[in-house]
Amino acid sequence: MSMNRRDFLKTTAAVAAASAVGLSIPEDAKAQAEEAQQGWHWDKAVCRFCGTGCGIMIATKDNKCVAVKGDPLNPVNRGINCIKGYFNAKIMYGADRLTQPLLRLNENGEFDKNAPFRPVSWKRAFDEMERQFKKYYNKYGPTSIGIFGSGQYTIEEGYVAEKLVKAGWRSNNLDPNARHCMASAVVGFYQTFGIDEPAGCYDDIELTDTVITWGANMAEMHPILWARVSDAKLNNPDKYYIVNLSTYRNRCSNLADMEIIFRPNTDLAIMNYIAREIVHRNKVNWDFVKKYTVFATGFPDIGYGMRNPNSPYVTPKEKDTVEKQVEKVVTEEEGIALSPIGKWKAGDIMYMKHANGKGPFKHWEITFEEFKKGLEPYTLDYVAKVAKGDKDESLESFKAKLKKLADLYCDPNRKIISFWTMGFNQHVRGSWVNEQIYMIHLLLGKQSEPGNGAFSLTGQPSACGTAREVGTFAHRLPADLLVANPKHRRIAEKLWKIPHGTINPKVGYHYVKMMRELEAGNLKWVWAQVNNPWQDTANANHWLKAARTMDNFIVVSDCYPGVSPRVADLVLPSAMIYEKWGAYGNAERRTQHWRQQVIAPGEAMPDLWQLTEFAKRFKLKEVWHEWKLPDGTVLPDVLEEAKAMGYSPEDTLFDVLFNREEYRKNFPWPDPIARDEGGRMHPNTEAEGDFRNVVGSDGKVFKGYGFFIQKAMWEEYRKFGLGRGHDLADFDTYQKVRGLRWPVVNGHETKWRFNVNYDPYARKYAKPGDKFAFYGPLLKAIPKGDLKGPKTHKKYPLPNKAKIFWRPFMVHPEDPKYDTKGYKFWLCTGRVLEQWHTGTMTMRVPELYRAMPEALLYMNPEDAKELGLERFDLVVIESRRGKVKARIETRGRNKPPRGLVMLPWFDEKILINKCTLDATCPLSKETDYKKSAVKIYKA
Amino acid sequence: MDRRTFLNNLIQLSAAATAAGAIASAFAEENKDKPLALRPPGALPEKEFIKTCIRCGLCVDACKNRENKMIINGKEIDTLYLAAPGDNAPIGTPFFHPRTGPCFMCDDIPCMYACPTGALTPKECQNDKGEVAIDYAKMGVAVIDPSSCIAFWGLQCTACYRACPEMDKAITIEWKPNERTGEHAYRIPVVHEKYCTGCGMCEMACITEKPAIKIFPREVFLGKVSNRYVKGWSKQDQQRVKNASTKTTTKTPWSSENPIQNLNQGVNWND
Amino acid sequence: MIKLITKNRYLILRRITQFLILFLYFGANYYGWKVLIGNLSFSKLFNTIPLTDPYAFLQMLFAGAVISSNLIIGLIVVLLFYGIIGGRAYCSWVCPVNLITDLAAWVRRKTHHEKDNLVSAMKIKKFRYAFLIAMLIFSTIIGAAAYEFINPIGIFTRGVAFTLGFGWVWLLVIFIFDAFVLKNGWCGHICPVGAMYSLIGAKNIIRVYHTKENCTNCGNCFMVCPEAQVLGPVINKKDDYITGIECTNCGRCIEVCEDNALKFSLRNFIKGEKNEKNSSN
Repeated sequence: MSMNRRDFLKTTAAVAAASAVGLSIPEDAKAQAEEAQQGWHWDKAVCRFCGTGCGIMIATKDNKCVAVKGDPLNPVNRGINCIKGYFNAKIMYGADRLTQPLLRLNENGEFDKNAPFRPVSWKRAFDEMERQFKKYYNKYGPTSIGIFGSGQYTIEEGYVAEKLVKAGWRSNNLDPNARHCMASAVVGFYQTFGIDEPAGCYDDIELTDTVITWGANMAEMHPILWARVSDAKLNNPDKYYIVNLSTYRNRCSNLADMEIIFRPNTDLAIMNYIAREIVHRNKVNWDFVKKYTVFATGFPDIGYGMRNPNSPYVTPKEKDTVEKQVEKVVTEEEGIALSPIGKWKAGDIMYMKHANGKGPFKHWEITFEEFKKGLEPYTLDYVAKVAKGDKDESLESFKAKLKKLADLYCDPNRKIISFWTMGFNQHVRGSWVNEQIYMIHLLLGKQSEPGNGAFSLTGQPSACGTAREVGTFAHRLPADLLVANPKHRRIAEKLWKIPHGTINPKVGYHYVKMMRELEAGNLKWVWAQVNNPWQDTANANHWLKAARTMDNFIVVSDCYPGVSPRVADLVLPSAMIYEKWGAYGNAERRTQHWRQQVIAPGEAMPDLWQLTEFAKRFKLKEVWHEWKLPDGTVLPDVLEEAKAMGYSPEDTLFDVLFNREEYRKNFPWPDPIARDEGGRMHPNTEAEGDFRNVVGSDGKVFKGYGFFIQKAMWEEYRKFGLGRGHDLADFDTYQKVRGLRWPVVNGHETKWRFNVNYDPYARKYAKPGDKFAFYGPLLKAIPKGDLKGPKTHKKYPLPNKAKIFWRPFMVHPEDPKYDTKGYKFWLCTGRVLEQWHTGTMTMRVPELYRAMPEALLYMNPEDAKELGLERFDLVVIESRRGKVKARIETRGRNKPPRGLVMLPWFDEKILINKCTLDATCPLSKETDYKKSAVKIYKA
Repeated sequence: MDRRTFLNNLIQLSAAATAAGAIASAFAEENKDKPLALRPPGALPEKEFIKTCIRCGLCVDACKNRENKMIINGKEIDTLYLAAPGDNAPIGTPFFHPRTGPCFMCDDIPCMYACPTGALTPKECQNDKGEVAIDYAKMGVAVIDPSSCIAFWGLQCTACYRACPEMDKAITIEWKPNERTGEHAYRIPVVHEKYCTGCGMCEMACITEKPAIKIFPREVFLGKVSNRYVKGWSKQDQQRVKNASTKTTTKTPWSSENPIQNLNQGVNWND
Repeated sequence: MIKLITKNRYLILRRITQFLILFLYFGANYYGWKVLIGNLSFSKLFNTIPLTDPYAFLQMLFAGAVISSNLIIGLIVVLLFYGIIGGRAYCSWVCPVNLITDLAAWVRRKTHHEKDNLVSAMKIKKFRYAFLIAMLIFSTIIGAAAYEFINPIGIFTRGVAFTLGFGWVWLLVIFIFDAFVLKNGWCGHICPVGAMYSLIGAKNIIRVYHTKENCTNCGNCFMVCPEAQVLGPVINKKDDYITGIECTNCGRCIEVCEDNALKFSLRNFIKGEKNEKNSSN
């Protein structure tokens, strides 16, 4: 259903009329009309893949996306794309697209966990889903159910999921795969600035003259941004300087002026060395530091985000690593690193006293003298010794590089941008390294200025837009509101028009915790949407077994078969990106919307529809009564207040949350904004149904909700951010522009936050004469103390100030250097340019499949020789948790130093997450996929 | 002759003919596959050309007796030949060797119009508007080997550029600073396939011992992009969307299995 | 001398046409003459009349080529000429390979005595027809005119008019095959082009007529005839035309006949007249 006949006539008539009277009409509309005559139709959209957020244009014809072009008007990519973006028109057309609901049914047509999948109607699917949900929900309460959400949800989908789980089911067990991706960045932002997301924007690339990548393989993972970095380098080859810091040589090194290969986890030490140099060389920007920052620190004995070693689910083989969650012997090098605290020396046992509850988050203000004392051990000699990652590099050469790195940061005539992605975020001290990079930039005053700043890149297309801004996390609400904060809950309850006390005040299970609770039998019903939890979660054997063998019910919404649908009990076929209306938010805070271009195949339906249809199955009286949670928390009965608000206990969650009278009145469908520049009226499956006449959840043909539900959700959602530093524009504006960077105030986007020259909020909050205001509201009152701990109970407010954290270096709990069981290799997992995440979409594109059909284990040739291996030999990669087989590549794109191997994780046939350690940053709960100890031997 | 003998004879004859035919055809098949042969202007795509060319040599006669003869040192430069056994082209079909006999791009294209079978046809020698001219011939495309092209050393050559009948279109010069001398620019020839007719004047002119610029048949050398992606900045390239089918289902080893069977194979958590 | 010429009058005429054709092709290329251009696959006479080799045409058809009108007109011209007048005369009056195989036959007569093998088995004489069909099928399979890759006629004519390359090796092989392996091996057993012309010219008008009364059964005609099986049913048996379709109208039998029993004549298809002729003799 491309441009229908009427649309076509209309556009051609307009052009004819305009030409006849000699009017000039916009070139684009003319071109659009010409093309419509030839049968296809262009409209703007956004690339399905990474967090860069490139603009594309899609050509549709006969209800198919037939072609794609880069959008030359989009300021992110100016019309170019990478090879994944190149194939946007193909990802929806894999031969094995899921097109009908599939349920495990026995011969009698009854649900049976051990039966094979059989196709069922949407009604049968929702009936079983509801039966199973209520079985567990009524018995075990709101904490027994959950949703694995996604940084690839559209913003509207994320918002609907958020509302259903938190306002409807009164659970906070909604956590996105973005937890694996940028949770550490979020904690870094919260702790340092009190508000999420980067201060700067992509324009920094052209404005700076120094780019430092810290664990960001931009050449493969953000190719369009790397093209901008490359261009900036070419335009100014003498001044523009690029340093690539990584634990193995990747493709950024060929452009970089300097490559630093460091030992995993020692980025903590390297950053302290730089800070020490800044202090000792007297390069601290005192004007900035005194006005806009305070110094702070927290506890180091916070564990590694692993389970209790006495848990019955920890296998004997895993135990020696997991025991470090409660105690560990302080190593020689840690003895020096921790010496300023004065509590631990080499050989001591460190008991992880602050591993639980709020322990890891506790922090307090310290003086500059304390801060300086903390940096003292991080001399060049010490740091070079612990951090050198390549055994074949000389210590002298490594020292020279570290010194050069410090020179670059300290140089007052240099602007500097530090980029990072998963190298920082997937880290057992991920939040700390995030804090440390701000430490460096804040000490120098090189932050929140054009061309200066620490810039966290995101992996997923809407990790920022959906996961973070909508807050589809176990602890968050939209616009940086937190479920644990009663005032924040109240704001949400008011905007959602639900009774006071509806929202559960207890933080829900984070992503890894959901898996662990599934195994422990506390999570009984779980729904995964737009992500692949059983492939993407570390230590996968536990979770695969838990899903298939325990008393629980797993629903997976997906577009193609993969690992997660395979472990599911019910599989729901989902519409893909251009088969629905949506919006994504990229890494520079740019929100970009697209219209529905085509209708999904078979009976596949948008995830938003799946959520809202399921909401029809719940009456208020089933969910808003009193609940006693397992931890003793009581959720009050809010039905009385609900009645006072005009609701009936018989109303459904759909009526109250998604089908309100004011939505129907204010956001009617059809809406003129659905007509694009070229004159095509776009379809809306949720609003009007479609030509397929899909038989819906009630056994009747679905004819649409009759109003513009995506727009209604957007307009309600954006109220959360208005006036709170998260202002978004209205729905219609985004249909016309190539995205806007929030906060969008009075129609103007914001390029550099916290800077009074660019950010209206900074102007609002700054004292007269100040240039910056770090106005983020979270965690802005802390006690005072020294490196040992807080000394006051009183909390001192820090308005408009950012925090400069001191964090010590600590060794990774599975560092092969200290391994006694023969796990002598570091295993680092990662991505490749050709394949997206778990390969669900890209492995179905023949050209991408041919380019990268199988994950290869990148290995140093010397290591291979020592193990008696030839290139492409099949090897077993074995960790304490599992083993997989892969072929080795000694000539590949990634060149690990001796002692480290790297394997991309897109290949479900080489399910490397069976081997990876599920240790997380204790603050962010983000898994460290970059560091596990493995043995390697010939298969 | 009784029926049985007749049948026997028939079978024997057919068997013998098939065996002999197979041997002859194996040779033909082998000989047919000479993808590097350069064809006269207006040639059909090689696969069609080899079917349609009757090997009469009228094009060669026409080329040999064309108006604008190039005579060097009293010797005529011949362009087209009919392939004899041992030439690197299918036996009997016309071809040329640009190094010794490039196409001189006669305005009246005598060879093409001499063809009685349509193996050489004006339809393969026209622009988008259907105008026929030798400038729209697609005999091949010039390819440069940067390792032996001395312009890439910084030497000042550009003989190919000067020899090119489509100068400044088919071959242009790209300038970049020579950082070694600090004073002299590199002047590097760049071929633009859109305008290159494959005449081979550049290959003949190339001054290296073995030419650093060579003509290859377009089908051999040029890649092809999918119609599912077009240049966002080029209105003309966007016309390719016309050819994008709406019936694409993509298949890889990951997507070729029935989805329900795929899901029913389950997962393993014991390794 | 005159007697020698008279004795070989057809042979001399044949050699003249064969060399003239080659010479005109050569001249078309080297001197730009427009009398006969191209080669025996396809030619143009006086730069206007197209002439198409029927077997090449058939192969192209089987290979799946789009056929141009030029080719069809050329085919009709050739079919009319050989179908009505020439018969299989192409093989002896036009084809240059005949020069080689005649030479080979001469060498063979000088070096061999094989009177008992004058006529090879009918079965192998029929091979060429099966081969003709086989090469058409293979043309479809390989998507090109399959026989044209090995056709010695093409190689020979192109060799004269254009370039020969290693083609002489193949021509030498045919000479050796005919001279020392199988009598009249190539033209009489294998060549599908000859077979094609046999079929085209099956019902032509010009034929050799045999008068039984004059025949002394000396066997000279059998000695020189490259397709001796066509003589068998007639010579010394009845007054009749040599009706066998493989007769190439070379006229050697007429030349070697000491008894005036053979002559060229116009075949008459009206049955009554034929009977009349028979009775008159």
